[in-house]
Amino acid sequence: MNSPAPQTNTDICLAARGLQKSFGGLTATDNLSLEAARGEIHAVIGPNGAGKTTLVHLLSGMLRPDGGEILFEGRDITRLSAPARVNQGLARSFQITSIFRDFTVLENVMLSVQAGQGHSFRFWRPAARDESLRAPARELLERVGLGDRIDVTAGNLAHGEQRQLEIAISLATNPTFLLLDEPMAGMGPEESQGMIEFLKALKGDYTMLLIEHDMDAVFALADRITVLVYGKAIATGTPDEIRNDASVRAAYLGDETGEETG
Amino acid sequence: MDYVLLTEQFLNGFQLGIILFLMAAGLTLVFGIMDLVNLAHGSMFMIGAFVGGTIAVVTGSFVIGVILMIPAMLIIGIVVEMTTLRTLYPRDHLDHVLATFGLILFFNEATRLIWGPEGLVVPLPDFLEGSVALGAITYPVYRIVIIVVGLLVALGLYILVSRTRIGMLIRAGASNRTMAGALGVNIPMLFSVVFGIGAVLAGLAGLIITPITAAQIGMGEDVLILAFVVIVIGGIGSIRGAFIASIVTGVIDTMGRSFLDVFLLLFLPENAAESAGPALSSMMIYILMAAILFFRPQGLFPPKGAG
Amino acid sequence: MVDWKSPANILTIIVVGLCAVVPFLAPALGEPFYVIVFARIMIWAIAAVSLNLIMGYGGMISFGHAVYLGIGGYAIGILAFHGVTSVWIQWPVAIGACAVISLIFGAISLRTRGVYFIMITLALAQMLFFLSVSAERYGSDDGLNILARSDFGVRFFSLEDNMTMYYTIFAVLLASVFISWKLVHSRFGVVMRAAKSNDTRVQAVGVSTYRYRLMAFVIAGVMCGIAGLLQANFERFVSPDMMNWPRSGELIFMVVLGGMSTLFGPVTGAFVFLMLSEILSSWTIHWHIIFGPFLVLVVLFARGGIHGLLTPGSDRE
Repeated sequence: MNSPAPQTNTDICLAARGLQKSFGGLTATDNLSLEAARGEIHAVIGPNGAGKTTLVHLLSGMLRPDGGEILFEGRDITRLSAPARVNQGLARSFQITSIFRDFTVLENVMLSVQAGQGHSFRFWRPAARDESLRAPARELLERVGLGDRIDVTAGNLAHGEQRQLEIAISLATNPTFLLLDEPMAGMGPEESQGMIEFLKALKGDYTMLLIEHDMDAVFALADRITVLVYGKAIATGTPDEIRNDASVRAAYLGDETGEETG
Repeated sequence: MDYVLLTEQFLNGFQLGIILFLMAAGLTLVFGIMDLVNLAHGSMFMIGAFVGGTIAVVTGSFVIGVILMIPAMLIIGIVVEMTTLRTLYPRDHLDHVLATFGLILFFNEATRLIWGPEGLVVPLPDFLEGSVALGAITYPVYRIVIIVVGLLVALGLYILVSRTRIGMLIRAGASNRTMAGALGVNIPMLFSVVFGIGAVLAGLAGLIITPITAAQIGMGEDVLILAFVVIVIGGIGSIRGAFIASIVTGVIDTMGRSFLDVFLLLFLPENAAESAGPALSSMMIYILMAAILFFRPQGLFPPKGAG
Repeated sequence: MVDWKSPANILTIIVVGLCAVVPFLAPALGEPFYVIVFARIMIWAIAAVSLNLIMGYGGMISFGHAVYLGIGGYAIGILAFHGVTSVWIQWPVAIGACAVISLIFGAISLRTRGVYFIMITLALAQMLFFLSVSAERYGSDDGLNILARSDFGVRFFSLEDNMTMYYTIFAVLLASVFISWKLVHSRFGVVMRAAKSNDTRVQAVGVSTYRYRLMAFVIAGVMCGIAGLLQANFERFVSPDMMNWPRSGELIFMVVLGGMSTLFGPVTGAFVFLMLSEILSSWTIHWHIIFGPFLVLVVLFARGGIHGLLTPGSDRE
């Protein structure tokens, strides 16, 4: 059962059509199609081994698909490199925190702001004092809740703070689309709640594709959900539709409290 | 077309390839399994030549020199591994390069201290002198011996790695060191053994070349760089890749030096071909490496699951 | 901002200060030979500063960096051999040759990482080394003598005057440190340092790191080539040994010894390395037997180099 996506093309921010990816004998992505409508939070869930990580790599550009295409704002980005996709407005965050541990929090985001501005072949003026980098970085860090930690060396942050920094780095390039790979990974209940609130506040400004295991977060945030099993999308729909879908239940959901299997 | 010269040079190239293979096999094993970049592998080549050569001169028998060199290199290799290299495993590759570079300086100087700067001449036993007829050409017996020995070693390595328990342990350690350790494999001892094997192979290569080139200080370094080129082309960690790449490298390098100026004469005036020939031929193998790496940065036969 | 009283900075001031006054101090102390020693130290320091750019700040371990000393040097040597001694032709040719070759070598090498990168840079450098050995016209193994230093064509400034030569090298050294400083703190430098720390993340924010690395590689190659052309002028001699692989290894050592990814580390490193070589070699011709293990110990126990040891609380590399 699939809930229809909005009709006109300009309402679709990101579309994957018939994605195919195999590693030797293993098919990780099997004729996968999904669409993220503008401004929505679209969650992708599935048991371990469902191919979520592969999907993230395919969409972000770290892997090329064997078949199928990816359209961003109507443009075919299937052949674009990962950095080129980011320049189009597609940003991602990493499941395993990927920050610059030796830089301060502020420097981390300043780098990302700099990347977003696209002027990095500059050899003379010191970047550290550049207000056109500092100001947007500071502002973003305030929004994310790290405003009072900007001079801390990133490697010294607590885990939850590092996850927040992770998101901030992704936001700093001024994307239109966010690919969030398990933003809640490793977070305790309080921190997760904070992240959920934060992501809710972003809704509307960005289109988000959210890969998550944390079912509370998924059902709290998602406008629509796609369920992945063995590389195939077995269902797409609103949270209620997915909750009540028999094939999804059988494959994945287990029981009502949202405990996942595997 | 001078087929005699062609065949001779081909065989010479094959023989060079065998020497390279003996070096490359040890290097690729150590790098593939222990993730250690060992520049001092060239020193093992040199030490094998000097130690084995000295034994041969003292006992009067080259064959005894070869036989006794094996346990000698095994011991020397294991001692070096246990004292210095073991501390390097957890470090990054830059540290390996730096530390083993320091070892090279030490070994070269120690050799100079013990044997003097002149090097060591190792004479061939009588029964290995002379040439033999191979079809239309006559070819030195000793070079044929080198080729045969090398092929036997290659075969032995293949059997060791794929058919014996030790080989299985080596492959397990290469594929997942932590897991192998957790399953009870004595990783430190395994590494020592592997390094020892590498040292023996290098020492053998050094020793068997001495009747042709004499043992000299610093002889290992040029071979080492070629050996690294070989394992990069062949795929780090792959013995099969090392073998194929070694032979190809040896043949191309040797035949290139002999025939490149002839080849160039096809489209260059005589002056240019004569001066460009030697210059280009010494660069050929590096151009080959650059070309291969440009299209296949992981080498021709990267071992599965590695890197 | 800058703590001028920190031990590391004091050491820097001493080293630089010595370089500045040695041409007057050494003869006064009856040791004029040390002027030559310091000139050589400074030339190596320039090369080390250039290597530090890509190695210390960029994480690219080039085992073939000395090749640019050779390219810069031989450009001067070959042109002088053919009678071209004008600096206005020689130096641009040397710099241009380094730029082109480093672009080609970098484009090939930077497609690889880690050990592969180390080996390819080594092999490519060896290629040019063998080329120069086989160049009989230009002296091959024995090297090439250079009769006249680069001619500026003006009477008041001539490299034939040894003081002028010395202070030209000194000025270039200061300039190269200054350029290094500017680069590292610029937007370009931020990308380089970030790419060293986490290359994937830099790409994930939209920066194609290959281009930046290549640019850095070319800048470093040119800077090292300038050290090479200064060496050719100073020594009036070039030979293939300027760019053999032990030279590249020594360069790497100087950078690590001084302190990787510090601004003056490479200068201090070159100074200590060469002074130590001078002193040890005057004790015994077998000084490598001490030097080798010394290098190993530095790697094992003083990985942050001298500046690392002198900077309290630094968890340098």
